[in-house]
Amino acid sequence: MISLSNLHKSFGTQTVLDGLNLEIPSGQITAIIGPSGEGKSVLIKHMIGLMQPDRGQIEVDGESILGIRRSQLNRIREKFGMLFQNAALFDSMNVFENVAFPLQEKTTLSKEEIHERVISALEDVGLKNAEHKYTDELSGGMKKRVGLARALLLNPKFILFDEPTTGLDPIIKRAIHQLIKDTHAKFGFTAVVVSHEIPEIFDVAQNVAMLYKGKILQFGTADEIRHSQNPVVRQFVSGSLDGPIQLV
Amino acid sequence: MVTQVQSIGHSTIGFVRELGKMGWFLTYSIYMIVRRPGRPVHILKQLHFIGAKSLFVICLTAAFTGMVLGLQGYYTLTKFGSEGMLGTAVALSLIRELGPVLTALMVTGRAGSAITAEIGIMRISEQIEALETMALDPFKYLITPKLIAAIIALPLLCAIFDVVGIYGGWLVGVKLLGVNPGAYFYEMEKAVVWRDVSSGFAKALSFGVIIAWVSCYKGYYAGHGAEGVSRATTESVVLTSVLILVWDYFLTSVLL
Repeated sequence: MISLSNLHKSFGTQTVLDGLNLEIPSGQITAIIGPSGEGKSVLIKHMIGLMQPDRGQIEVDGESILGIRRSQLNRIREKFGMLFQNAALFDSMNVFENVAFPLQEKTTLSKEEIHERVISALEDVGLKNAEHKYTDELSGGMKKRVGLARALLLNPKFILFDEPTTGLDPIIKRAIHQLIKDTHAKFGFTAVVVSHEIPEIFDVAQNVAMLYKGKILQFGTADEIRHSQNPVVRQFVSGSLDGPIQLV
Repeated sequence: MVTQVQSIGHSTIGFVRELGKMGWFLTYSIYMIVRRPGRPVHILKQLHFIGAKSLFVICLTAAFTGMVLGLQGYYTLTKFGSEGMLGTAVALSLIRELGPVLTALMVTGRAGSAITAEIGIMRISEQIEALETMALDPFKYLITPKLIAAIIALPLLCAIFDVVGIYGGWLVGVKLLGVNPGAYFYEMEKAVVWRDVSSGFAKALSFGVIIAWVSCYKGYYAGHGAEGVSRATTESVVLTSVLILVWDYFLTSVLL
């Protein structure tokens, strides 16, 4: 379980997280939704120690990830996979090398075993025969799938998805969402998905957390959030221009 | 008045903080060389990029530097009837000073700027964060191999620069201006001692550290977007060049 308590984070005078509390249930898909610029990506980066809070506590499986040695943090990070907003593929490597990289660096598997596992992971994400392509030859959707294959390869316990469908067409969006559901069903990881895709994300996630003004305004099942009576959540879910959320 | 003092204070604190960050960056890079130097294949790749790919520009610069030294040296030495000392003048100028400094400046322009841009782009496209999320230390993959490669490559490139430059001076002095070929090399052999060569190599080695350190640092902490990378690259080339010249003065005063 990932547990965040009383998290504060500011950039200069701008407060992004303001005493945020959140617990991510194990083995389930939890979506984090909220208006643009509310700090969803900042929040997800705190979960894996890419950012440090000004105050507060972050625990992964009961272990704090703050104020610990880099080696200890790396041991905790080994439980994670992450799919970045722009996939963050290594642009000097082709698809095969990108996916194989963590295996080559972190395991003692033979070349043949690595090859087998990479091809299998690429097949899992529907990218058969794309292993020799370079990242600039891939579409946005393909990049995300390569990123997902790379994140899945070491069988992580937690996978963080930072806006996995931003900038993709509706069909690819649906395919990526389906892929998240399928791989979750197959591998059983705990997933945190930062998303703007309303209402599609309600069909992907079991739990949804609404981030607003640095706090989790409401946390509940997808249905609870979909039918929330909270005016902020209602406005956000319906995409209405009228309501408490002001356009910046 | 208060605002001005505040502004000076802010700048001073910012400068000291930057110095501390750079110092920590170098210390941690050296620590990583000792603890986890990275896979040889990464180091060889960087050696090829920083060393082998700089060969052409180094040879070209060296040839023309040597030729200019031949011309200028001949012009000066004939005033004292000592044109036989041309080989010594060219060799000592190159080995002690121009070889290491010009090699370092050329490598800064060719490889240092590329290193900053490469790491900067990796930073803004979250590739460095991706390494961290895989529980891999970015220093092991990005910084340490470049630092080791620069430390190996610079003295070698400097040696090549010296040799090509000496032959450039020979071409102008001996072949064009008619200096005695025996005197050119004999006087050089008599005058150049091992200490001259070793001090040149020591300079080249330390310049290698400066190039890799500043280039990697500026890329690693590049600002946002294309503008951030562009600014980091410019700062990297300027700072590396200035540091090379300042450090050269200090080393020369110590090693002379």
